[in-house]
Amino acid sequence: MGGAVTGGPGAAAKVAARGLNCPSCGAALTVRAFEHTISVVCGSCQSVLDAKDPNLRVLQRFAQTKRVEPRIPLGTRGTWRGRPYEVIGFQRRTIHVEGTPYSWDEYLLFNPYAGFRYLTEYAGHWNDVTTVRSIPEERTAGRPVARLGGRSFRHFQTAEASTTYVLGEFPWQVRVGDSAKSRDFIAPPYILSAEETEGEKTWSLGEYVGGAEVWKAFGLPGSPPRASGVFANQPSPEPGGERRTMWTLFLTFVGIVVAFAAWRAVQGSAEVFRQSYVLGPGDDEPFVTQPFTLGGRPSNVELRIQTDVQNGWAYFNFALVNLASGTASDFGREVSYYEGVEDGEAWHEGSRTDDVRIPTVPPGRYYLRVDPELPADAARSVRYTLTLRRDVPGWRYFLVVLVLLAVPPLKTVGRGASFERARWAESDYPPAGLGGDDD
Amino acid sequence: MTRRAANCPNCGARIEFLWSAAVQTTCAYCRSVLVRHDVDLERVGRVGDLPPDASPIQIGTEGRYRDRSFLVVGRILYEYERGGWNEWHVVMSDGASGWVSDAQLDYAVSFLVPAPPPLPNVAEVKPGYRLQFKGATYEVTVVTPARYRGVEGELPFEYWDKSEVFFADLRTRGAEFATIDYSEPTPLFFAGESVGYDDLGLRNVREFEGWGAR
Repeated sequence: MGGAVTGGPGAAAKVAARGLNCPSCGAALTVRAFEHTISVVCGSCQSVLDAKDPNLRVLQRFAQTKRVEPRIPLGTRGTWRGRPYEVIGFQRRTIHVEGTPYSWDEYLLFNPYAGFRYLTEYAGHWNDVTTVRSIPEERTAGRPVARLGGRSFRHFQTAEASTTYVLGEFPWQVRVGDSAKSRDFIAPPYILSAEETEGEKTWSLGEYVGGAEVWKAFGLPGSPPRASGVFANQPSPEPGGERRTMWTLFLTFVGIVVAFAAWRAVQGSAEVFRQSYVLGPGDDEPFVTQPFTLGGRPSNVELRIQTDVQNGWAYFNFALVNLASGTASDFGREVSYYEGVEDGEAWHEGSRTDDVRIPTVPPGRYYLRVDPELPADAARSVRYTLTLRRDVPGWRYFLVVLVLLAVPPLKTVGRGASFERARWAESDYPPAGLGGDDD
Repeated sequence: MTRRAANCPNCGARIEFLWSAAVQTTCAYCRSVLVRHDVDLERVGRVGDLPPDASPIQIGTEGRYRDRSFLVVGRILYEYERGGWNEWHVVMSDGASGWVSDAQLDYAVSFLVPAPPPLPNVAEVKPGYRLQFKGATYEVTVVTPARYRGVEGELPFEYWDKSEVFFADLRTRGAEFATIDYSEPTPLFFAGESVGYDDLGLRNVREFEGWGAR
């Protein structure tokens, strides 16, 4: 077996931890990832050391003078994704967007059997990151898209990321100033990132996690930093997103229409009066109907006029008169219908039927005064039927109900949309009107 | 399976074979490289001390890949500029020979492909080079010049005393993984897939100080 093994075949000895001393300042160093560690940063003088060199050659010295305290201290162990992991490395990485630096932190997690993974943090937003072993498919025509495991990721940002601070140990040669071209693609809650250095491209997949989950897993004191703003792959707070909300809205609408139709079918038959008449040419004297009762509370009354008018019109003046008080509602309706064939095309205009609704009629005994009129040159008589219905459900109320019901889902959609605007405002594709330079 | 046994022609230590078809093994005591000729073992050289490594796998580790179990019987250790990796030689339950690679705890299982697709020569293999194999497109992701650091245990061929060797790693849109090994005049093609630690169901692994028994 390895150097930790002495003697016989078969079982190898336990892999021993290594204790080292910094060649630069003499401070004791802990190496937590055994022989996987390629470079280690002295916690005391912050020199970057070559852990594979027997003399711990200094790779970089005095590159960092300030001190950054990682939010998760190095050496912290926790149970993450069902397995013990130890935080062994920390690096701060920085990109510049239009001259402004943005930095995020990367925590390297280690398990001696399962290997390495990362936790990243930017402004209180955390991601659980693992290396991708396959090659995502990239579409570069138009706005770039990457596909992995049946999921499409939209390009979010391309930037040059440089390492600006390191602490702990790494399974590669790390140096302050290391730089890589980084491209991010998102499919919230996932983020797919490609990092390219000379000739090598590495893909990693991140999943958005809440700070509270990280704090609990690693038993950290206090509470996690509050997340500010919207992060690239932060899932929208509206679960299921806008599409589901729109579906909910649509189904609500359908439900209301069905309910209304059913209600109308049941309720709409409150017929209080029906009578058929014949109106002959020149026979257009006014008359009154038999009295009828409108019951219940003050409510609407609908009068339907059904005629057999053919290529002509009939005009009716109505008054709905209260028998007791004599108060009358006057209204006039014209019914006209024309049809014919012109250039081989059949046409028609108007309707033989008309509806009129009188709102808020108090209960009581009523009659209808009817004053019909035909054109002076009318050649044929017109048959017509008058039907009065009480309490006809109004589409207006229905519309009010619909609008009221639509408010919460529309608010949701609006919130989701403004969340998406905030997300993409930080990308290479800021929404129009947000002052992006490519608009 | 009855285990074949012999004595080391150099130090006399007892050599017990885990795999009856092994061509080469090493003496765990004197680090002699021993090649089998019928019943005799010929000492062809000696391996230096292997550098310490922290692979959880060791000779004698057992595991499972898909529908077959396997036993780790040997390994080849390589080093490159970013560290080292192990090619663990495993014998499957049906007697086939396979490899479990452990590169900084990234695991892959692969098998030698006897009739490989046309392979690029070492001068033309570059990241981005593509080839078709079993209906999938394999793309070279990295070409690694590596140093042979040593061997241990039983191998299916004579393999020792190498110097610099080239490897090309290939991947697909899925989990498939392949390596072109340029250590022989005719490149060898190993194909298999990337696996997670849990996929291998390993038993008899090494323990790590401070991490308790796994």
